[in-house]
Amino acid sequence: MRGVLGWGTHVPHRRLDRTTIRAVAGNGGGKGTRAVASYDEDSTTMGVAAARAALRTVDVRPGALWFTTTTPTYLDKTNATTVHAALRLDRDTAAYDAVGASRSVFAAVSAALDARGPVLVVTSDLRVGLPGGPEEATAGDAAAAVVFGGDEDAPVLAEVLARTSLTEEFIDRWRTPGDVASRTWEERFGETRYVPLAAEALKTVLGDAGLDVADVDALVVSGLHERACTAVAKKSGVAPERVVDRLTTQVGNPGAAQPLLLLASALESAEPGSVIVLLSLADGVEAMVLRATDAIASTSAAPGVAEQVGSGAPVSYGRYLAWRGLLPVDPPRRPEPARPSASASGRNADWKFGLSGPAGVLADQQGTVTTFTVDKLVYSQSPPVVFAIVDFDDGERLPVEMTDVDADDVAVGMRVEMTFRRLHTADGIANYFWKARPVTGDPVAGDRP
Amino acid sequence: MSSHGIRDRVAIVSMGCTRFAEHWDKGLDDLIIEATGEAFAGAGITKDDVDAYWFGTAQSGMSGITLARPLRLEGKPVTRVENYCATGSEALRQAAYAVASGAYDVAMAVGAEKVKDSGYQGLNAFPIPNDGTQRSLTAAAMFSMVAPAYAKRYGVGDDEMRTVLARIASKNHANGARNPKAQFRREMTVEAICGMPAVAGGLNVFDCAGVADGAAAAIVVRAEDAHRYTDAPLLIKALSFVAGNGSGLEDPGYDYTWFPEVATSVADAYAQAGITDPRAELAMAEVHDCFTPTELVLMEDLGFCERGTAWKEVLAGTFDLDGELPVNPDGGLKSFGHPVGASGLRMLYEAWLQLRGEAPPERRMSTFGRRSLALTHNLGGYPGEMVSFVSIVGTER
Repeated sequence: MRGVLGWGTHVPHRRLDRTTIRAVAGNGGGKGTRAVASYDEDSTTMGVAAARAALRTVDVRPGALWFTTTTPTYLDKTNATTVHAALRLDRDTAAYDAVGASRSVFAAVSAALDARGPVLVVTSDLRVGLPGGPEEATAGDAAAAVVFGGDEDAPVLAEVLARTSLTEEFIDRWRTPGDVASRTWEERFGETRYVPLAAEALKTVLGDAGLDVADVDALVVSGLHERACTAVAKKSGVAPERVVDRLTTQVGNPGAAQPLLLLASALESAEPGSVIVLLSLADGVEAMVLRATDAIASTSAAPGVAEQVGSGAPVSYGRYLAWRGLLPVDPPRRPEPARPSASASGRNADWKFGLSGPAGVLADQQGTVTTFTVDKLVYSQSPPVVFAIVDFDDGERLPVEMTDVDADDVAVGMRVEMTFRRLHTADGIANYFWKARPVTGDPVAGDRP
Repeated sequence: MSSHGIRDRVAIVSMGCTRFAEHWDKGLDDLIIEATGEAFAGAGITKDDVDAYWFGTAQSGMSGITLARPLRLEGKPVTRVENYCATGSEALRQAAYAVASGAYDVAMAVGAEKVKDSGYQGLNAFPIPNDGTQRSLTAAAMFSMVAPAYAKRYGVGDDEMRTVLARIASKNHANGARNPKAQFRREMTVEAICGMPAVAGGLNVFDCAGVADGAAAAIVVRAEDAHRYTDAPLLIKALSFVAGNGSGLEDPGYDYTWFPEVATSVADAYAQAGITDPRAELAMAEVHDCFTPTELVLMEDLGFCERGTAWKEVLAGTFDLDGELPVNPDGGLKSFGHPVGASGLRMLYEAWLQLRGEAPPERRMSTFGRRSLALTHNLGGYPGEMVSFVSIVGTER
């Protein structure tokens, strides 16, 4: 039986304190924090981070890669191919986008479960609401990736016992291409549609699995309709302590990344035999029942969801707005960078996307900051630039920009790892390359409460 | 392979140099005409008497036409050269070799740059299409890494290092204040410089060379013909050049406390000129003080003092105008700014004035009349990835 072979997640380093919003925007905000993608992250780079984490947990070469987001960097051009290149996957590993609606996650999951061989599903979202509105505070940025496959590929950690899909056409949430924020119909309407749909899907999928609601050890309810998700969980018959935390108070709702992020969270606390039900409310309801196998006891995703949620550093509301392009700040008085050359990028794809050079792959190595400088003059979307000379553990040296760190917290001797980022965008072309960041969990990483 | 040099075979017989400034009211053509005009007049010749031209500009124009058009040259060979911030020096090197080869009797090297039309502060590279993975750091940030590396290696404290760097800037500003062709003519105290906010690493704006427009020119002939143009020619003793291969950026053994390309190029220059004790033999040196830590490290790379001692020599005043070996008596890049194509020839212009006793009394170097050799050093690029030029000129055969 096919199921989950491995998973990985990415919760970005920065957190916006929701209580800081109202003083500026005059409205909105709330309690807790939301996760914020850095200025150099987009749905593609966050997807790469989650997918790298997933592939660290399971030793397979995926036969296919699916990439899902509601906030793709490109239309027309496939975003999954960038993820594919950054993961250094084989040329005959197919890479497809399923982008647009958050429901597309389940197109990818279905394709993965119906396929043969291991399939990597990468979900990633960067959710934006207009300043002062409810969505700005409740949304979040994150990514999650799951490798699906069978026992012939690698030990199955959680079998998929049953799944079902209910489709219904109604207007609850929509966004016109080019708009940064979604629009929604009156909340009550969507709730009256989703609640019965979810009840029906839950009943069907548990029946197909030969289980009862009392057998459910963990219920994940995901979806962008917060109020409906709460109501569905409440009316599910599953005990409240078995409903998986939607991470609303620390991360926010990361849209297309939410179903697999919460599934990963449930898997990380699952024991052999645990039954996990995933309900996703998106233009209908998707339902899936999984049961953890004995193999789950001997696996762990590092860093886990809880570990990432518990770390991070603050970003001010003003800087957050500037990062998202919602506050037009004075640009640096330097020429803007030029667009990268398509042909040069193509020739050097191994290096540019895979950080793989003649002396080996640097992407997966750690290194040490030998020296560094802080550049307040150079063009940057978020000055100043911290730039380090990094000596890798295998002896290679790379002068490289740093990220996810405040200039004051960088020190010679700091341990760093490599992260795939978007250096800038010019003429609509995202210039992707790698940066160094403090090793996750490193005490000198500059993480502050 | 060997570098034979052209010692005493070619002479500089005239030079010209504009004031370096933000010349909002002058274009590249105006600057070229002014610098070359001074040089033609000094040699008592016209543009038609020059057989071939080498024109150095990094970013202000392409091809020899950029020089031929404003000078209205008729049927002359003009070569545009570019070699990063050593562009002006490269023009001289090519012109001198052309004369030494016998191909031409009279050649002219011109360097010019119009920087201040870009609308941005600082120097601006125009991008060559690439894969987008290149480092985009400013030169200031790249050179800023030299200061802490040097301090750590030689055990110099943070405050002491700050003072040493300010001392270099203060010295160059003091010299520039005595030079009517310099852009900045105000003296700056060490205390004032130390108090400025950092812009790149530990460097503040007074650790950085300014930005200016300017042009300079030199006329070269065979040494035996020099007397036709001047009673006091400068003989070219050595010209050396090294283009690094960038390996320093990837070499874990490179520690940012020295510039190997400079050490290699100056060794070649001293061999060509027969110099064994530069500190005792040179009357002065013009060096590429793009940033204060650059000048500090150059004092050791150029052999003016032992490794690890330059910071003490700076504090002791060894390189002051009245010191044992005056460095940047004209004020350097610090006071002049850095019109890329012109700077190498501007350095030579100071050697031209000082060695021949034409520097004004308030700027006259301590060694005048006792020593007859000057060195110019001009680099381009960054620590780990650099081009380096050294010339040695002298008044005596």
